[in-house]
Amino acid sequence: MSAGRAAAWVFSAAITVALCLGLERAARRSSGDAGPWRRALARFHDNRVAMVALWIVVAACVVAALAPWLVPYSPTATPDIVALKNLPPSAAHPLGTDFASRDVFSRLLYGARVSLSIALLAILLSATVGTLYGATAGYYGGRVDAVMMRIIDAALSIPRILLLITLLVLWGALPIAALILVLGFTGWFGVSRLVRAEVLSLKERDMVVAARALGARDREIIFRHILPNVLSPVVVAATLGIANVIIIEAGLSYLGIGVRPPLPSWGNMIQDGVSQIATVWWVSLFPGLAIIATVMAFNIIGDGLRDALDPRQLDG
Amino acid sequence: MIALLLRRLAQGVVIVWLVATLTFLLLHAAPGDPVSATLTDPLTPPAVREYWTHRLGLDLPLHQQYLHYLASIGSGGFGFSFPHHRPVSAVLAEALPNTLLLMAVAIAIAFAAGIVIGVVQARRKGRPIDWGLSIGSLFFYSMPDFWLALMMLLVFAYWLRLFPASGMFDPVMYGVMGPWARAVDRLWHLVLPAATLALLVTAGVARFQRAALLEVAREDFTRTARAKGLGERAVVWRHALRNALLPVITLFGLALPALLGGSVFVESVFSWPGMGTLTVNAISTRDYQLLTAVVIVTSVLVVLGNLVADLLYAWADPRVRLEG
Repeated sequence: MSAGRAAAWVFSAAITVALCLGLERAARRSSGDAGPWRRALARFHDNRVAMVALWIVVAACVVAALAPWLVPYSPTATPDIVALKNLPPSAAHPLGTDFASRDVFSRLLYGARVSLSIALLAILLSATVGTLYGATAGYYGGRVDAVMMRIIDAALSIPRILLLITLLVLWGALPIAALILVLGFTGWFGVSRLVRAEVLSLKERDMVVAARALGARDREIIFRHILPNVLSPVVVAATLGIANVIIIEAGLSYLGIGVRPPLPSWGNMIQDGVSQIATVWWVSLFPGLAIIATVMAFNIIGDGLRDALDPRQLDG
Repeated sequence: MIALLLRRLAQGVVIVWLVATLTFLLLHAAPGDPVSATLTDPLTPPAVREYWTHRLGLDLPLHQQYLHYLASIGSGGFGFSFPHHRPVSAVLAEALPNTLLLMAVAIAIAFAAGIVIGVVQARRKGRPIDWGLSIGSLFFYSMPDFWLALMMLLVFAYWLRLFPASGMFDPVMYGVMGPWARAVDRLWHLVLPAATLALLVTAGVARFQRAALLEVAREDFTRTARAKGLGERAVVWRHALRNALLPVITLFGLALPALLGGSVFVESVFSWPGMGTLTVNAISTRDYQLLTAVVIVTSVLVVLGNLVADLLYAWADPRVRLEG
């Protein structure tokens, strides 16, 4: 291992530890605080399993961000397609090489970069669109709400993966940015239903009635009084949604219509091993394990956030 | 009950119409059209293109195309599939029973196993077995369906050689088998794909069932049952579980889209000749008509599944039935 790469690994480990210790300290200091977010952070901190999951996600993000300095080989170069292809895991190639003599470990790290950034950006879009749609339907109610929610019912009755397959086949090869848009715009239906239910109950509360009595405009009431209060269920749904988007993107890339080779994503790496799964199993095995570890971590964090943000459920 | 059924049916028709309309809008928002997508050879004479454009009605104004499209769905024809050289309805009619068989077996296994696991966890809440099963459920819950299918294929078909790797029956021997051997052969081919799909759903059912039972465990009637001296087993299985099964019925409706989505991957990995395999094959042939039809048929299945779940719920919970 070259000195530069070793230093990069030490550096990324140090950043991970520093970030996690920072979070720990912030949580510990806020246990006596009165703010609801601070108290939620303290409750989350008491959940050891969720904290471990958070460490894993932080580590994955740091490694993904620093991937270019951490990888031993180029993720796309094919040094010797005859002598170096399909090598089993060894000291030189910790996770083996694939059919094109590319190092699976290096591709895995770059794949983390691609898969995680797509998932995070897509979920940001989904959460925003879903919140605005749900808030509009819930706030105006009546016929507007009925029509808007029937549309959501219809959208939710199509399996998302089928909708995406149809869209991507229609639109052909899409650049990554467009893929993020498509993933984001097909992932907000559930969030909007959640937000709508929350808004329906919020708008009858005294603070909203008072604001209206004082002559506040609709937009002001929605953005100042209602949306801040629906934030916590949206945060939970978004965290669980990241887990879902990672799996969906992997599925699409596996089918060859998501992230296109040679750019590695965890999904298309699994596809690379399919035709020789019985003999060259390491090509498909390790990206799958990476997906499971990350998705499990996001699911655990989501569950932990739900418990922390809604203490009423805690005694369950 | 009849009124409930009719109202739900009407809502279902509206939902399917909305799905069809959304799909139509998406089809026309996309660049290109079925003709240029299918006749990709640049040397195709313009006359051929014009012929197909006219025959598919693509030269009509949009609102007329929409009406034609709705009519073709309403009649169950779904247009013509170029790559299959057959009407889409004929292609789907072959695949649909295979998918339904796979789904029915998977659902039966998943709900039976999931409910039992959920009950075991709820009874041993906080103990090591609850922890172990929770982590196990989460592990499968967090797994990409196609990857699980691949690993099942690798371990059980290639390494252990316990089950066949693909298809619905043995391509060579099936012709000379007796009826009994044929049934066993078909069952043998069903094991891996059904088990894969079932594993993915079991995890969700177990998580749900555990939460529902813990919810019910706090209610008065559970305490009454315990107070009158019933054994723990009778309390859980006869009193608590009967009430905690209600939310699981709703899950039946909710699990369908996930199951139908998962069957796309599971079927294609095990070469199961159902709608999922058709879908994956339609990707490379860019078979618009088939994909549209699959989306609509799937939404019909989901709507019907939810209808069944609603009726089951009304049957199981008199409070819903009385409200109508």
